Amino acid sequence: MSTSHLEKLNLQTLGLRAINSQLNTSDVTPGSKWEITEPQGQHAIACGLQANIKVDIRGHVGFYCAGMNEQADVTVHGHAGVGIAENMMSGQVRVTGNASQAAGATAHGGLLVIEGDASSRCGISMKGINIVVGGSVGHMSAFMAQSGNLVVCGDAGEALGDSIYEARLFVRGNVENLGADCIEKPMTDEHIKTVDGLLKKAGIDANAKEFKRYGSARQLYNFDIDNADAY
Amino acid sequence: MCGIVGLYLKNEALRPKLGELFAPMLSEMRSRGPDSAGVAIYRNSVAESETKYSLAHDSSDYDWKAVDTGIESTFECEARIAQIDTHAILVTTLAESDLRGWITEHHPEVRLVGSGQSLEIFKEVGLPDDVYRRFSLKEAEGSHMIGHTRMATESAVTTAGSHPFATGSDLCLVHNGSLSNHNRLREQLQKAGLHFQTENDTEVAAAYMTWKLRQGLSLHDALEGAIDDLDGFYTFCVGTGDGFAVLRDPIACKHAVMAETDDWVAMATEFRSIATLPDSNNANIWEPKPATVYTWGGTGEVEH
Repeated sequence: MSTSHLEKLNLQTLGLRAINSQLNTSDVTPGSKWEITEPQGQHAIACGLQANIKVDIRGHVGFYCAGMNEQADVTVHGHAGVGIAENMMSGQVRVTGNASQAAGATAHGGLLVIEGDASSRCGISMKGINIVVGGSVGHMSAFMAQSGNLVVCGDAGEALGDSIYEARLFVRGNVENLGADCIEKPMTDEHIKTVDGLLKKAGIDANAKEFKRYGSARQLYNFDIDNADAY
Repeated sequence: MCGIVGLYLKNEALRPKLGELFAPMLSEMRSRGPDSAGVAIYRNSVAESETKYSLAHDSSDYDWKAVDTGIESTFECEARIAQIDTHAILVTTLAESDLRGWITEHHPEVRLVGSGQSLEIFKEVGLPDDVYRRFSLKEAEGSHMIGHTRMATESAVTTAGSHPFATGSDLCLVHNGSLSNHNRLREQLQKAGLHFQTENDTEVAAAYMTWKLRQGLSLHDALEGAIDDLDGFYTFCVGTGDGFAVLRDPIACKHAVMAETDDWVAMATEFRSIATLPDSNNANIWEPKPATVYTWGGTGEVEH
């Protein structure tokens, strides 16, 4: 198949398993373009992709869409349910609408762009992914976040970055409150450059200088009896 | 588990198709709740002087005519009754307290499962498609419906333990989740004079709402009170005379999604239940926030 060819896959006709199998075959052409129509909110669409292919999903998806993604570029033209791009390793996942909770959970790499709002627990336990949210994120976002960057153009809900490790959080709007061991840190030129680069990569128009940075105070790394209340 | 769904038709032209539009919404939630299913439908409003009661019995052969004639002769009031499988819809001028007392005395095996001007409640053990078929709901016309598919966790798989649970006139509740303080709260509510038919946690939430509404609180304020007084996991959908309300607990682990177009407003545990509605691709879709009361009052946008 040539890379300019667009292969259309109707989920209602072909079924989820057939589509995911087709996108996962070892001989799928790198650079090939695919379009999934009528997703109807089904779960685990375009899951476990391992090749550098482009997948456009025309409509709203259910849970765990594009989970475990490696290399592929997946766009959901609509709303995404729980756990979009969970455990992504590399590649890019974009949601043009809003996303439900646990977007980008435990993901190791790649870029997740949510053009609308993300619900609670966005970037929970993130391990190296970059997440850019055009709108706001819900409560408990970046809970136990280990590494990577979370850029939020809107507001953040309660307990942002609770028990955070070394992930970097950038929020332009209001933060309702910070979780245990998460503190505001100074924005250096290096951080402004990082945020600017991620916004450009995500195609979101915002001024990197307007963001504040949050990260770990590193007080919960080791057990300390004086911190008992915070554990 | 469990699945909950709600649909309000803003466009009156769609109302003859309410049952048909709602059928796939409920059916899609069968994998989340294969034990029992139930719906509340708002249709055929009765005269102001009358009340519509939803009654249920274990058998589909029950002699409902005896209930009808018994009420008429005892209270010298008008009553008409229509049987639908194991349920019956009774319309009468009799007050709820009088009806409840009379049923307890003369037909203790009959359960009063709902009351109001337009509310009708149907619920049974079994898969949602089968339950829906038993009550001929696909052909139903009306303004709005809420529904529940149950995977039982807190109490037995019985019709009495199925949702929706009535909470007052034209009000009922469906619940996804499990409450952790329902035993203590049940005792408190029993002391306040509320009666319980099951060991079910959701029945306690419904009784709590009934209690708050009897004190004169608005639906919104009663739900705000629930945030403080109910402990556990929940996403509630509350059916009202002119719409529905949605509330999630402050942790908000139990899934919920809402969607709205010019023609309808819907909520569901998962979006796949909403996907079958007309023009759902162009709907405004969002996840309701924790500890936030959302109400649809029949006019304007969803409020929260």
